[in-house]
Amino acid sequence: MMTNNNSEPKYVIETQDLEIYYGDFKAVTNVNMKIEHNKITAIIGPSGCGKSTLLRAFNRMNELYAGTSIKGNVIFNGQDIYAKEVDPVEVRYRIGMVFQKPNPFPKSIYENIAWTARIHGYKGNMDELVESSLQQAALWDEVKDKLHQSGLSLSGGQQQRLCIARAISIKPEVILMDEPASALDPIATLKIEELMQELKKNYTITIVTHNMQQAARASDYTAMMMLSGEGERSGTVIEFDETKKIFTRPSDKRTEDYVTGRFG
Amino acid sequence: MKEKAVVQGFANNLDWRNRKGVFWHVIFQASTIVGIITLITLIFNVIDSAFGYVAYEARVDPDTLTMNGIPLEEQSKEQLVELLQSTLSSGAYNKLNNEKSFEDRSREEVFQVIVERIIRPKVVRVWDLWPSLTQADEIRATVAQDFPKAELDFVSWLTRDFVTRPQTSEPLTAGVRTAILGSLWTIFFTILLAFPIGVGAAIYLEEYASDNWLNRVIQTNINNLAGVPSIVYGILGLAIFVRTLEPLTSGKLFGLVDLTTANGRTVLSAGLTLGLLVLPIIIINAQEAIRAVPRSLRNASYGVGATKWQTVWSHILPNAMPGILTGTILAISRAIGETAPLVVVGASTAISFDPSSPFSKFTTLPIQIYQWTARPQAEFQSLAAAAILVLLILLLSLNASAVLLRNRFSRRF
Repeated sequence: MMTNNNSEPKYVIETQDLEIYYGDFKAVTNVNMKIEHNKITAIIGPSGCGKSTLLRAFNRMNELYAGTSIKGNVIFNGQDIYAKEVDPVEVRYRIGMVFQKPNPFPKSIYENIAWTARIHGYKGNMDELVESSLQQAALWDEVKDKLHQSGLSLSGGQQQRLCIARAISIKPEVILMDEPASALDPIATLKIEELMQELKKNYTITIVTHNMQQAARASDYTAMMMLSGEGERSGTVIEFDETKKIFTRPSDKRTEDYVTGRFG
Repeated sequence: MKEKAVVQGFANNLDWRNRKGVFWHVIFQASTIVGIITLITLIFNVIDSAFGYVAYEARVDPDTLTMNGIPLEEQSKEQLVELLQSTLSSGAYNKLNNEKSFEDRSREEVFQVIVERIIRPKVVRVWDLWPSLTQADEIRATVAQDFPKAELDFVSWLTRDFVTRPQTSEPLTAGVRTAILGSLWTIFFTILLAFPIGVGAAIYLEEYASDNWLNRVIQTNINNLAGVPSIVYGILGLAIFVRTLEPLTSGKLFGLVDLTTANGRTVLSAGLTLGLLVLPIIIINAQEAIRAVPRSLRNASYGVGATKWQTVWSHILPNAMPGILTGTILAISRAIGETAPLVVVGASTAISFDPSSPFSKFTTLPIQIYQWTARPQAEFQSLAAAAILVLLILLLSLNASAVLLRNRFSRRF
């Protein structure tokens, strides 16, 4: 079991020499980064450099893919989440996730949230919980009259906000977002970004994005990932700093090339 | 359209490509047409035999059996039993009594025995539907000339009586009730065994089993078992259910049956044997259905901290259920039509009383059809054709109800 530290630490998640493998292939190597409380941390980088793989390692979702393994540590509130005594189900309960493709359950809007709360033994007023979750996800006004329609009947952007509402209904401590806006149009994207600024007050957010403007606009810290090494190349974080600095005065030449569009 | 200028290295071969397309189009269409023609021929053949003229004579005139002025049709059960006792040899009477005592038989059943054993209407000649329609006059002339005492009727071998009458050895009074009930009882136990075990195994193999050599061996064997000839399952069923588990499958263990005649050749044994036969098919189909549940749905469930069991029960099973049911329908259809394993397990070929418990002796529709087609007389071919129609209708209605069930499941969002 994980215990909550009473003295709120500055860093919620901390990785130590993290390496992630698919079978024998080392996909991510040597990651040391600290994710700060109530901040938005963005992970950027070219396709195939291991951003999503790294994000999934933060709540052990990677274990659902056959043949993955890790070396090193992921410390969450002072506890290694890969330690033997830690149940991955509890890790995912406390570190929620929003995926690239909106994936509401094929149930009603209400049930999407109610089922999630119920499996964790929620005994309070379900109507209130559904309403407050949808309000926090800025979706309540659009769906309050059709709570019992299928979640799949909503538009893509609404579905994604429903997924966010579902994730925050169980009050996680961290929300991981894997390119949450990549399947959405610019207006829906903007809504998600505004929503993230709201959610930041209560949650720590880590987001993977392809969109550098999004990272620059929305995040406080940015991790730049890239393939490196000789021969079989694996992804690593080449620079991790305040977003402002990454986009204006990066210390690594490759970061500068990438964020200014001169890469490759 | 003006022809495109020739680009070096490219042949202008659109005509040739289109002709090739038309060629294959015709081939594929021809295959479909061959299939449809085969099906139509089959159905025509069955219907041709199932209807037509029949010429028959009574061996004993029923009028001679009138007792104290009461015609045979109105006599009570006791009078009928008396008639049997006085007409049949005591050996034949006792044999009938041993099969099922006359006390236990209903009046209708006793009357059936009288028609079968005493009056014995005899079919002298049958005609198929096609000659009956096209050469009715010639048929009448033939009957008048060759069988002056015979009656000629246009009959449908498939009647309501045919479905509700028990099996007899006289074609005119034979029915398939016994066989239909035997088939239904058997299928009931088949589903009872194969559906829960099959779906359970599929869930385990897809969601729980890790990818190691043992599980790969198991998976390969399940795939191979689906292709094992059904007669082999019959032998397996004979060894396990009929012989080894006899106390259980004969009902002796429960003391519900007559201990002197009970043996393992029961509907229970047959149902379990067919259950083993369709188990691999159900497992494979259920695995396909479970595998088709999108990864995004699993991610959604695990991503909010659901356990494996919660994910399987609330998301994977409901979403896979239409596919699982479709696979089960296919498997059950196969089981209903199976003959060979039931012959080995010991389906009775001639019983005239209905299965009434898991421990009853039984026959099934395919067995009945097989038995009738094996006989040389034309009237039994007609009976077989009618029984085939019954089997087809039974299959179609079971399938239809399963499709309805499946649609109900799919409509849940």
